Amino acid sequence: MCLGIPMKLVRVEEGDRGLVEVDGMQKTISLALLEERPEGAYVLVHAGYALQLVDEEEAEKTLQLLREFAELKEKMGPEDPA
Amino acid sequence: MKHISEYRDGKLSAPIVESMRRRLDGRRVTFMEVCGTHTMSIYRYGLKWMLPENVNLLSGPGCPVCVTGNEYIDRAVALARRDDVILTTFGDMMRVPGSSSSLERERAAGHDVRVVYSTLEALDLARENADKEVVFLGVGFETTVPTIAASILAAKAEGLKNFTVASANKTVPEALSAIATGELRLNGFLGPAHVSTIIGAEPYEFLPREHGLGVVIAGFEPLDVLHSIDMLCAQVAEERPAVELQYARIAKADGNPKAREITSRVFEPCDANWRGIGVIGGSGLALREDFADFDADRKFTDLDIEPLREHAGCICGDILQGLAQPEDCKLFGGACTPESPVGACMVSSEGTCAAHFKYGSSGGHRGD
Repeated sequence: MCLGIPMKLVRVEEGDRGLVEVDGMQKTISLALLEERPEGAYVLVHAGYALQLVDEEEAEKTLQLLREFAELKEKMGPEDPA
Repeated sequence: MKHISEYRDGKLSAPIVESMRRRLDGRRVTFMEVCGTHTMSIYRYGLKWMLPENVNLLSGPGCPVCVTGNEYIDRAVALARRDDVILTTFGDMMRVPGSSSSLERERAAGHDVRVVYSTLEALDLARENADKEVVFLGVGFETTVPTIAASILAAKAEGLKNFTVASANKTVPEALSAIATGELRLNGFLGPAHVSTIIGAEPYEFLPREHGLGVVIAGFEPLDVLHSIDMLCAQVAEERPAVELQYARIAKADGNPKAREITSRVFEPCDANWRGIGVIGGSGLALREDFADFDADRKFTDLDIEPLREHAGCICGDILQGLAQPEDCKLFGGACTPESPVGACMVSSEGTCAAHFKYGSSGGHRGD
């Protein structure tokens, strides 16, 4: 129900509309709920509306944290094989 | 898909699970995943069977379709039966059984019920069918409500006279308060991803402050879920319950103020009935007086609604509160299946019973 997909904002159009793209597929959504609308950014799309911009810096931080789990495992050795 | 596939890298799951083991050092914990989309991810990727045996996950009330009571479905059925109405809804509502019918059955009987992906489509239908009343079933949480509010603002600005919303919209923090004060013993919550994208972190602060329960706002991808559970394990181990953001790439601490402003321009809090839980004060959203012309409840007051009948034996209510598991229900898998559902938890694609039926109770991923 609360599913949302990050899509690339290709173009801001008239009347609070925006053209977004995901996996080569394009569609028009509403930007009425977004304060900032930078073209080229990723936006979270839910039920035909963009709900939020994706923060690339925070995404990279989270991915780095996830990668660190694997590095931690290497350092600590196979103490608890999964 | 960028911003999705990175969070599905199976190689990283085992080290995260190991981290949970180390942090807990044998301690038993129970966390609730609030949101139905988390429930789906947990079953679909077999996360439930990957976790250390001392980490127990319970599903919560976070599926708007599941917590919608029979009385609302019966009203929707009555609306669908009117010849002057085009009833529009998100797909999940179609098969939910009311007292004796469902929207799917009404459509099969020739009534005009249409599944839409967005309120934008419902508005288009209203523009194209000036001689009909287009009613949209507003069944959502804070994630979806701004999109419904925006449609009402657009209808008002355009002067559309034939578009209304039947609101069963609800808000999540009030339901978490009811659970935190109930009989369940929890060690923390996996907070909803997209509800929090709108409301931010502040509305959950009462949980650590008043109940000693941590909340980690978690993304929906499998590594997001595992990472968030590990963050909850760290909170438990270090005895520091707090509201933390794992899903920081999309859910900001202050959410989306513009979306909240649009919601509160159109809706105001009201008491709401949650299936199985009962009435929770201030947990619903009703249209404000200024928007009375767009309120289906105010416009259609002479509906022929059948007498309310609850489904005997169905324990959806207990399941939605984490008090029972699908297998505790006598109907599960026999009288109640996804093909022929009795309760809402079996209908919704995000319902706990549907997930349990589809992916099994012990074997993990059976594909989808």
